Amino acid sequence: MQGRLPPRHIRLNKDGGPRFVHVFLKPCKTFLSYFISLSLRKIHQTFPFSEGKRDRKRKCSTTTTKSQNFCRNEFNITGLCNRSSCPLSNSQYATIREEKGQCFLYMKVIERAAFPARMWEKVKLSKNYEKALEQIDQNLIYWPRFIRHKCKQRFTKITQYLIRMRKLVLKRQRKLVPLSRKVESREKRKEEKALIAAQLDNAIEKELLERLKQGTYGDIYNFPVHAFDKALEQQDHESESESEEEEAEEEVEQREFVAEDEVEESDLSDFEDMNKLKTSSDEEEQESSEGEEQQEESSDEEEAGASTSKSAARGRKRRAFVEIEYEREVEPVSKSRDF
Amino acid sequence: MDFTEVPVTSERKSKKKKSKKAGNKRMSEAENGESAGVEKKKSEEKMENGESSAAFPPTFSVSEIKNKQRRHMMFMKLKQEKRKQKLQLRKKKKKERAALGDKAPPKEVPKTIENQRVFDETTVDLEDEEIAFDEGTDEFSAYFNRLTNPQVLITTSDRPRGKTVRFCEQLASVIPNAHVYYRRGLALKKIIPQCVARNFTYLMVINEDRLVPNGLVLCHLPDGPTAHFKVSSVRLRKEIKRRGKDPTEHSPEVILNNFSTRLGHTIARLFAALFPQDPNFVGRQVATFHNQRDFIFFRFHRYIFKNEKKVGIQELGPRFTLKLRSLQKGTFDSKYGEYEWVLKRHEMDACRRKFQL
Repeated sequence: MQGRLPPRHIRLNKDGGPRFVHVFLKPCKTFLSYFISLSLRKIHQTFPFSEGKRDRKRKCSTTTTKSQNFCRNEFNITGLCNRSSCPLSNSQYATIREEKGQCFLYMKVIERAAFPARMWEKVKLSKNYEKALEQIDQNLIYWPRFIRHKCKQRFTKITQYLIRMRKLVLKRQRKLVPLSRKVESREKRKEEKALIAAQLDNAIEKELLERLKQGTYGDIYNFPVHAFDKALEQQDHESESESEEEEAEEEVEQREFVAEDEVEESDLSDFEDMNKLKTSSDEEEQESSEGEEQQEESSDEEEAGASTSKSAARGRKRRAFVEIEYEREVEPVSKSRDF
Repeated sequence: MDFTEVPVTSERKSKKKKSKKAGNKRMSEAENGESAGVEKKKSEEKMENGESSAAFPPTFSVSEIKNKQRRHMMFMKLKQEKRKQKLQLRKKKKKERAALGDKAPPKEVPKTIENQRVFDETTVDLEDEEIAFDEGTDEFSAYFNRLTNPQVLITTSDRPRGKTVRFCEQLASVIPNAHVYYRRGLALKKIIPQCVARNFTYLMVINEDRLVPNGLVLCHLPDGPTAHFKVSSVRLRKEIKRRGKDPTEHSPEVILNNFSTRLGHTIARLFAALFPQDPNFVGRQVATFHNQRDFIFFRFHRYIFKNEKKVGIQELGPRFTLKLRSLQKGTFDSKYGEYEWVLKRHEMDACRRKFQL
């Protein structure tokens, strides 16, 4: 174990005196003597930082926080900046480092201090935890217990985090997908335009009316579809002037009509509060129909009775209470019903 | 530097106004003081250049003016003139139309993106046999032959936050037979066999990002296709104006609009199979999936027929828009799954008139 013997040379000061206290020891391997020599060696090495205790920033690479100094040297064993754990200020030092899942024991002794390329001795540790601990023990057999202890601690921590890494890979991995701002804003704009082009309410209403016409609802709704078609045809043929003439006549007869409509409305009264529902159809139509409906509304409400929970309690009144007598399709419908 | 003296007052009023009339150079003494010397020289040169090429109609274009403010002014003027001309044209046409009355030619149909859509060869004809055969034997055939009832499991990504949780609850109220389960960090591949064992037909996973739902994975269960959507514009019930009361337990009807291609058809069937086959017409609720330009808008309404020609609808329930990102055969397997269709932005978004669904 040549490397372990104390140095045989003497360095001289400027005034000629010995710089180091050279301890002549027989090359005995007793723990105590070697320990003394090592500690003596250590005392006379200057810790490369300025003397004042208050100055927490060392001259080597450190990071300071409020309570601690961290050492950034990659060979540091504890990570803190101390006299005992600085690899620069200890000529005999050991660390554990990990590369790609493999742990290595690095050792530095003073005999190799002059050869920086060969300074650190690298020992590969076994993958078995206990065997690796034994290896550390063997390699650092007569070393100070601080370094041995810290090496083993560091090794334990490294193996633990390696185990955790392996476990995490097996679990679900979260994949972060970067969003491109341009693309997102472009898509947002396209969506808005598509929404406008879609005219959803109209489309839905059209579809529902289609289904009604095709009879998918069966007998639930008692609209006389036959009369409806007739009414459409009639409306096509009629011109406005004719309808105006008829309107004058109808006004006189309207009292009779009201009675008829009341009966019919009662059929529809199953659909409660339909006045309160919002439509997207013409407002004029709505107003006209409401002009009629207002007259029957009071009667409806008496007849309808309690509304079910399904109906909307929304009191949104689009209609202004304007009673305008427009000539719309509703009128000829009522007219044809008579026939 | 030869320049004609232009009356100072007119130039002063419109400081940077330029008139394009040929032969009118604007270097007046007043402007010398106002604009920077260098700028003036440059613009002068440009004016000279411009004027040399400026004949009426000008081959001179607005973009050749180097001075930004002047260029902007010129451009605005140009636009205004164009707008005025357009307005005049419209008025004229309207007058002609009114004058002709009934004999006027029919109104021209304006070009829309839907009109100009690039013809897609995978558009489905309703009578195509091959498609009918395919649809009779695909993964949804079990549903469409009334062999299974849909059971939907709704879950989220890890640690869902407020809006997502409420969105899930509201979705569960809209879709009958839907259950919400908290995802406890489980892997989807492990959840799926459990769902199959418990007879679920659908697995819906809502992905969340920054407190807001932004993705949806819809997996048809026995071994059905998995669709991954991007979710945007989520509006919960609170945020919808003029809405009705909460939806009831009746099964809603389903409206699927504008799914025209093969891919669109598949997606439409995917949505259709979420809901039970027999809607309760008494409930008068309708769920709509409307496809427009590859965006699928979901709405949930209650309707009422006022008469044969009028129906009123009232929005209940949440609304959101979906955009299909990928369709994968088989259940969820992002690494080894076989993708039927993936959104490739550079290919597919290049043309504005080309849509996939």
